[in-house]
Amino acid sequence: MATEETDHEDGVQSIDPDDVDTEDILGSAIERREDPALVSGEAEYTDDIQKPEMTHMAMVRSQYAHAEIEEVDTSAAEEMDGVVAVYTADDLDVPGNLPVGWLLDSLEQVNHPILAGDRVRYQGDAVAIVVAEERYQAHDAADAVDVEYERLDAVAHPGEALDDDAPVIHEEAGSNQAFDWEIGDQEATKQAFEEAETTVSLDLHNQLLIPNAIEPRATVADYHPRTDELELDMTSQNPHVHRLLMSGVIDHPEHKLSIRAPEVGGGFGSKIHHYADEALTALAAKDLERPVKWTATRTETYITDAQGRGHETTGEMALDEDGNITGLRVHTKANMGAYLSTFAPSIPTYLYATLLSGQYEIPTIYCTVEGAFTNVPPVDAYRGAGRPEASYVVERLVRQAAREVDMDPAEFRRQNFVPGDAFPYETPVAMAYDSGDYQKTLDRAKEMLNYEEFRERQEQAREDGRYLGVGLSAYIEACGIAPSELVGELGAQAGLWESSVVRFQPSGTVTVYVGTSGHGQGHDTTYAQIVADKLGVDYDDIEVEEGDTDEIPQGMGTYGSRSAAVGGGAIVESAEKVIEKGRKIAAHQLEADPEDVEFENGEYQVAGAPDRSVTIQDVAGASYLAHDIPDDMEPGLEATSFFDPENFVFPFGMHAAIVEVDPDTGEIEFEEYVAVDDVGNQINPKIVEGQIHGGIAQGIGQALYESAEYDDNAQLTTGSMQDYAVPKSSHIPEIKTASTVTESPHNPLGVKGVGEAGTIAAPQAVVNAVVDALEPFDVDHIDMPLTNERVWRAINENGGEH
Amino acid sequence: MTEQDITLTVNGTEHELSVEPRELLVHTLRDDMGYTGPNVGCETTMCGACTVQMDGDAVKACTVLAVQADGAEITTIEGLSDDGDHPLQESFQEEHGLQCGYCTPGMIMTAADYLEDKPDPDREEIREALEGNICRCTGYQNIVNAVESAAEKMHAEDAAADGGVIEEGGD
Repeated sequence: MATEETDHEDGVQSIDPDDVDTEDILGSAIERREDPALVSGEAEYTDDIQKPEMTHMAMVRSQYAHAEIEEVDTSAAEEMDGVVAVYTADDLDVPGNLPVGWLLDSLEQVNHPILAGDRVRYQGDAVAIVVAEERYQAHDAADAVDVEYERLDAVAHPGEALDDDAPVIHEEAGSNQAFDWEIGDQEATKQAFEEAETTVSLDLHNQLLIPNAIEPRATVADYHPRTDELELDMTSQNPHVHRLLMSGVIDHPEHKLSIRAPEVGGGFGSKIHHYADEALTALAAKDLERPVKWTATRTETYITDAQGRGHETTGEMALDEDGNITGLRVHTKANMGAYLSTFAPSIPTYLYATLLSGQYEIPTIYCTVEGAFTNVPPVDAYRGAGRPEASYVVERLVRQAAREVDMDPAEFRRQNFVPGDAFPYETPVAMAYDSGDYQKTLDRAKEMLNYEEFRERQEQAREDGRYLGVGLSAYIEACGIAPSELVGELGAQAGLWESSVVRFQPSGTVTVYVGTSGHGQGHDTTYAQIVADKLGVDYDDIEVEEGDTDEIPQGMGTYGSRSAAVGGGAIVESAEKVIEKGRKIAAHQLEADPEDVEFENGEYQVAGAPDRSVTIQDVAGASYLAHDIPDDMEPGLEATSFFDPENFVFPFGMHAAIVEVDPDTGEIEFEEYVAVDDVGNQINPKIVEGQIHGGIAQGIGQALYESAEYDDNAQLTTGSMQDYAVPKSSHIPEIKTASTVTESPHNPLGVKGVGEAGTIAAPQAVVNAVVDALEPFDVDHIDMPLTNERVWRAINENGGEH
Repeated sequence: MTEQDITLTVNGTEHELSVEPRELLVHTLRDDMGYTGPNVGCETTMCGACTVQMDGDAVKACTVLAVQADGAEITTIEGLSDDGDHPLQESFQEEHGLQCGYCTPGMIMTAADYLEDKPDPDREEIREALEGNICRCTGYQNIVNAVESAAEKMHAEDAAADGGVIEEGGD
């Protein structure tokens, strides 16, 4: 595949869609159609929904991270003003056990009750729920539920949890080991290390993070007893997945359960999973036969939203005398939290270790991962999900290896890259990279940084007692999550296709229904661009529907940067089916053979006879009128597709930061942040840029500011936004972006996915830059977040500059 | 709990209502009156998604009691302009200054108040001014672009209204 370059260092300029012709719409940076409702307060989020007779629900959550429940006394709460009902685990008459959707051979599947009955295993475990007429009354009454606990020892970190003397969290599992998993060739890797000229090793802590979508999770449930229909509005990234899982959890038939995701205020993974809360809201509504609303407080999101990362890793790299990487060995202890969340087992295994080859040709890799139960909230997908952890290990080791063999880190990378002519490239950890040109993104980033000139400046600055550093991050990710057969072999309990319907109305307008479920990514805009391009129909005549199980046939949802690659693929396939049916109708009307009828820019035309043509809108009208269509044809013009791509897609790029570190205070200041990304073809470059910016901000958040911290009792000490540092506007530098375009052969649009790229790339760019700046102080590594104190301590550990 | 009578003028319309003394202004606006533009994100005055203007100043409606707002003029995002065409609302769209949109009403209400006081800020000043509003989606760069661009538009509008010429850099 050829790689093209696009330059937009000063930012992509948006265009009014009215100024773009239909044939140019795919690839145009048009303004989003979602925005007018969002900037005016008209958009409806879940907590905005009011229903007649609606009640409010509040949760009684555990005081402790680990305890036996001795007694739950709800009597005082039940007497309070406005209280409609109080429920404990004893009141539930359903399976009420949250399932895990990805299995591994050695996985300990433990019970995950929606209300804790005997024991609480993390602070977010709910012991009781209270339903009241008003929001404040529900919270007052929840405070009045009296729970007696027998406190148990608790553990927050995976290494400690796997120690023999650690408190056992699930007695049924016998120990805290959730699984023990490996990938790669142990023997060959051992041999590579024995034969290596040099080896490097780093102990890396990839800290736990809280996703922090600004909209807290929420559910409104409404039950209609006469029809047995149960309707939920909820903050979901995948309503159909939620419906399937919930129908089992609460024992309600799937066809009588409908789930709608209204406007959703960010997700970053945290709204994929099936939590106890939405099941409890549904059960309460069903029992009371009244609508029930539950909205998490921020404090609740901090102790219940699935957290991300949480790895303790030892990584080693083997090198030959010429600075070639000859082997990689990684051992990771992964924090799984108190229970196994929906897709949790896949994150530190197949979404992590399969990316340990990075952008490099590494002859042999071996990785082992131990999953550990702890007393923190369940750990599952958070933006990047496994791939940031992998990229961090690889790029930190690469930086360390370059230092060890005394090569410039840019040239070390260049020497070890998978060459441009080696694609498709099979790694030793089960991935087949689709396409790429890693030299090109490196060259572009170096050019944007004035890399050579920077090295001279850096040297000069050191002489003046100033410490500048450059950090590179050559990232790769596997996304477009997909294909069903492969993920099934790896343990997924679901297919990962996507579905769509493309439907013409008789008047010639089009509605597209698709099973992804956007929550800020601008899907309505980008999908309409795709359909306008394919069908040649005016952009304004296309409506996009997502996030409603009643309207959309099926769907797997939005995560793993899959919407454009898989959802977009499903849309293209349906559009093509519509075009083919239309071609037969057009041929019938034009009295031509279908094979002689060409379709272009919304018009069917007999080849070589431009005056014999009909628009697709007129064909749509004729298809519904059905007075004059081919004899063997059904009326109507619409098509349904389930698209299952042949493989993942592999976006890649080079991110780089230049920082200055003040050795007296440990402060880090950005001089430059450049991002050169290759996400394949871009449907809307402005939206792509926005995804990159936002991803980088979350990656910088991890590098410098964010960490879910727990005390010895596994109590969260960063339990509010005042304690957990979500980056603010002044924390994030100006970002310069550029891109190269290498099409993916794995989907009809040639797209690669962009949602997670920045978050995967940024942390090690920043850490590498700081380590580069501190080379004179012999600092090899500092664990994230690089707070001033940690940096200052690292500088002073070795007694200052050498 | 005893309720207290208050008067709130929201987006130009006067409302008389009874609220518990502990009720937060944001809940009065959202749950009692249906102004769901201001959103609740954190309850600790950190995220600013609930920002509205009270007598012309940006305030976080999750840390103002409804009774404290008795007699006040409140403007929510719904009342910032008649047709969603305030220069900030337009610039946020043009510059892709929003993704999920949850923080956007608060972000715009803060910026609107700020630009009243400081019509010609530089980028660093804009970043400082928005420190009380957290966005998890955009990485802020396009929000800064949007505020910068809105400031230019408002500056041009003011100059046109005065019948004068735009003075570069003039406050």
